[in-house]
Amino acid sequence: MTIIDTAVQSSTYDPHTPIVNDFTIVAATENGSGSQTANNALIRAIFKMGIPVSGKNLFPSNIQGLPTWYAIRVSKHGYTARREHSEILIAFNPRTSDEDLAKLPSGGVCIHPADLKFTTPRSDVVSYAVPVKEFIKELNPPQSLRDYIINMAYVGVLTELLGIDRGQIEDALMHHFNGKRKAVDMNLGMVDLAINYVRANLPKQDPFRVAAMNETGGQILIDGNTAAGIGALVGGVSVVAWYPITPSTSLVDAITDYAPKLRPAEDGKVNYAIIQAEDELAAAGIIVGAGWAGSRAMTATSGPGISLMNEFGGLAYFAEVPIVIWDIMRMGPSTGLPTRVSQGDILSAYYLGHGDSRHVCLLPGSMQECFDFAGLAFDLAEQLQTPVLVLSDLDLGMNNWMTKPFDYPSQPLNRGKVLHTESFETFLAEHNNQWGRYRDIDGDGVPYRTIPGNQHPRAAWLGRGTGHNEAAVYSERNDDWKRNMDRLSRKHDTARNLVPAPIVDSKPGASVGIIAYGSTHDAVREARDYLQAQGIESSYLRLRALPFNDDISQFVAQHDEIYVVELNQDSQMLQLLCSHVPALAGKLRAVNLCDGLPLTAEFVTNRILEHRGVVRN
Amino acid sequence: MTTVTNRPTNRIGLTSQDYQGGTTTLCAGCGHNSVTSQIIAACYDLSLDPRQVVKMSGIGCSSKTPAYFLGRSFGFNTLHGRMPSVTTGVALANRTLLPIGISGDGDTGSIGFGQFKHMMRRNVSMVYIVENNGVYGLTKGQHSATADVGQNLKYAGINELPPIDICAEALAADCGFVARSFAGDAKQVRELLKAALCYEGTAVIDIISPCVTFNNQDASTKSYTYGKEHEERIQDITFIPSYSEVQVDYEPGTEQMVRLHDGPMIKLRKLARDYDPTDRWQAMKLMEESRVANEFVTGLLYINEARATLPQMMNLSDTPLAYIDESQLRPSHDAFANVMSEF
Repeated sequence: MTIIDTAVQSSTYDPHTPIVNDFTIVAATENGSGSQTANNALIRAIFKMGIPVSGKNLFPSNIQGLPTWYAIRVSKHGYTARREHSEILIAFNPRTSDEDLAKLPSGGVCIHPADLKFTTPRSDVVSYAVPVKEFIKELNPPQSLRDYIINMAYVGVLTELLGIDRGQIEDALMHHFNGKRKAVDMNLGMVDLAINYVRANLPKQDPFRVAAMNETGGQILIDGNTAAGIGALVGGVSVVAWYPITPSTSLVDAITDYAPKLRPAEDGKVNYAIIQAEDELAAAGIIVGAGWAGSRAMTATSGPGISLMNEFGGLAYFAEVPIVIWDIMRMGPSTGLPTRVSQGDILSAYYLGHGDSRHVCLLPGSMQECFDFAGLAFDLAEQLQTPVLVLSDLDLGMNNWMTKPFDYPSQPLNRGKVLHTESFETFLAEHNNQWGRYRDIDGDGVPYRTIPGNQHPRAAWLGRGTGHNEAAVYSERNDDWKRNMDRLSRKHDTARNLVPAPIVDSKPGASVGIIAYGSTHDAVREARDYLQAQGIESSYLRLRALPFNDDISQFVAQHDEIYVVELNQDSQMLQLLCSHVPALAGKLRAVNLCDGLPLTAEFVTNRILEHRGVVRN
Repeated sequence: MTTVTNRPTNRIGLTSQDYQGGTTTLCAGCGHNSVTSQIIAACYDLSLDPRQVVKMSGIGCSSKTPAYFLGRSFGFNTLHGRMPSVTTGVALANRTLLPIGISGDGDTGSIGFGQFKHMMRRNVSMVYIVENNGVYGLTKGQHSATADVGQNLKYAGINELPPIDICAEALAADCGFVARSFAGDAKQVRELLKAALCYEGTAVIDIISPCVTFNNQDASTKSYTYGKEHEERIQDITFIPSYSEVQVDYEPGTEQMVRLHDGPMIKLRKLARDYDPTDRWQAMKLMEESRVANEFVTGLLYINEARATLPQMMNLSDTPLAYIDESQLRPSHDAFANVMSEF
């Protein structure tokens, strides 16, 4: 074996000044090659060393063969947003290696198989060539596993070059393979070959290092779909109907995986139903039926599925049926970029249906909120007797994030105004023997509900999407229609103060206010630090739900410039904000991007500076 | 429940009045109203508790009818063609309910065709009635997918497309209870309904139910005249409830007895054909033969209670999911702590 490294001729970095815990690694591989095992092992090992770390998987809509990139950010500052550039490239995909190499900053690191030839080699990049083919020959794994095992070579190289704790790599593999020693040893064999090779043949020429910290203790790594799946089971879900669609599928997978552990049945039967429907339209129909019949019912889907659920959205809104729809947003219109992140369903989700319908939408921005909102969505749906949409996205749903472990809920389930046989009798006694499914007794727009199985002879009613009066009887009278729609508007106003309030961080004297939501939170958090370093103090309001409440109006009123950060082409949340505060709409400025990638702090910072007339080179 | 003393009551003390609904808003003479009457009669005869029944429908003239029967039952008039999925959800949430679904030929044969097939594939326990008149009524007279070739309508003209046969589709989907009837044959409709209501699984009854406004011309195969003149019963059907103490007599050879899961029996007296409704292939053959010969055969075409219903297949708890209390809906603290410790 020969070392083909060339000396670095020019570099952004001083190789003698270590860069510790503050860089990004991008692993360029082929989809379906099993690189997730390698990437997860790296992330988990670094995380267990107490160093804040995050991973962003940029993968194609494909089973095998198309290029995929996995960016691992190591940040002593605790930043977890994607970065525009990576310092260290794992060039394991010959089809993208030239392009990948070209993106490296001067002084960056390229780790590649020894037989990979670059069209335009770079003399300003530290290059480590790794003879993976020789490793495979030596290790001789079963033919079917070769492509997977190859990726463990870069795990070994990075372990040695960066100073990752090899014991943590082993633990991470044990975790990944559920303690299956044989699989762990096979993978670890490749890691060790690579470690030993680097030690013997590849002297360290770059400044990047990891060093143990104490910043992740007590935390866990989890993806948002898993957090949501567990949250739904904790929140009492009993009917799940769904149709496979990326990136929501893993949410239902999580429910399926964890249900037997979290909700074991005493009688050998199951107390939940998970059903794969024939399409999203049927999935919506099933949960509307199940919600109407009194169970906690949900589906998980993405944009195209939301479109198919449109008519049911209108029915459930108007017939006042509690359901929960998770939308793990991806790029549209149409099939769009099905494996890329977006926040493009804000308007279609909020207005799901036909005629006049506005829906309660929850906007989780963290793993904690993916977990919490899963249960909360059911409470709100039943309290308000209406669909609740939870708008997560691919970045939250499918990438690994650090979080504190979740706590068991402190509050009981809130089943809303449901009258069962006995409570119905009491209700009649207290209400002059008057009952109507759609009567607004309490003035909050939320009527009382009975469900099938109620044994009282007067409890039954016929649900419908057609016009009805307060007794749920068919009506085409214009006054009945108007009264009912006014009540639904009243109910929407009730929702404003029931949904999670925005999280506001107001800086005294700041003229700049930032409004964001969902997965862009971490980019905004980081961007505020960069802005502050440039002397720009900013306040921040993170939306957590629709409809808006007065906090938002106040925040807009208190600041001169409001930047609305979001991942879509048409600034959809900004549009809603404009109609919420029309008199102040002139203050609102778009910081939006629609390129399929998780947002970066660099983008947010630069766009705000551009708005403020600061031209950046 | 209230009981009117001067009216006859059934075994649970209800009068037939207690099974009534609101006043129909369909056209006078509409076949659907006859079906509504027979639903009321069948439920009364079976002494069904209205609180156990849920009335389900899609959109269309037929789908309006749940408002006209069983006023004491819950019901849901859903979306066009989507009653099967909503009913599937109801059946999952509460397996103790007995859904009666009312659909039409547009609702089932066109917009809801996919859901209809998948509901049968899942064997959702319900009675699924198609009030089939070959025409769209509420939208004023378009051909439906069950219209026979040559059906001639005032505005839509002549239908050139082959009809979808609801029963053939049900048989292909391995539905275990498939029947065809005629709204003008009250007794047969009623007896089939009783059998269907006692059947465990999806029971499909395709009832030719004439539209007096848009498709009742004598030449139409969906008209009263045509039905009366051409209906050919494959058997005389008598439903025998399980609570009936009388000794059941039947003549082997000319009569066939089919016992349903919880006791009731269906007595089928053979007529012109030697037909065995427990033979799926014979049923499919009959569908094809009657199609080629332009015959209007009615009766119990196929019955087989062997398939597990959806809640059985899913091993759902006996307590309806909608009535499981919080202690079961939430994990134990230990189970939750164990899962969190895995991360």
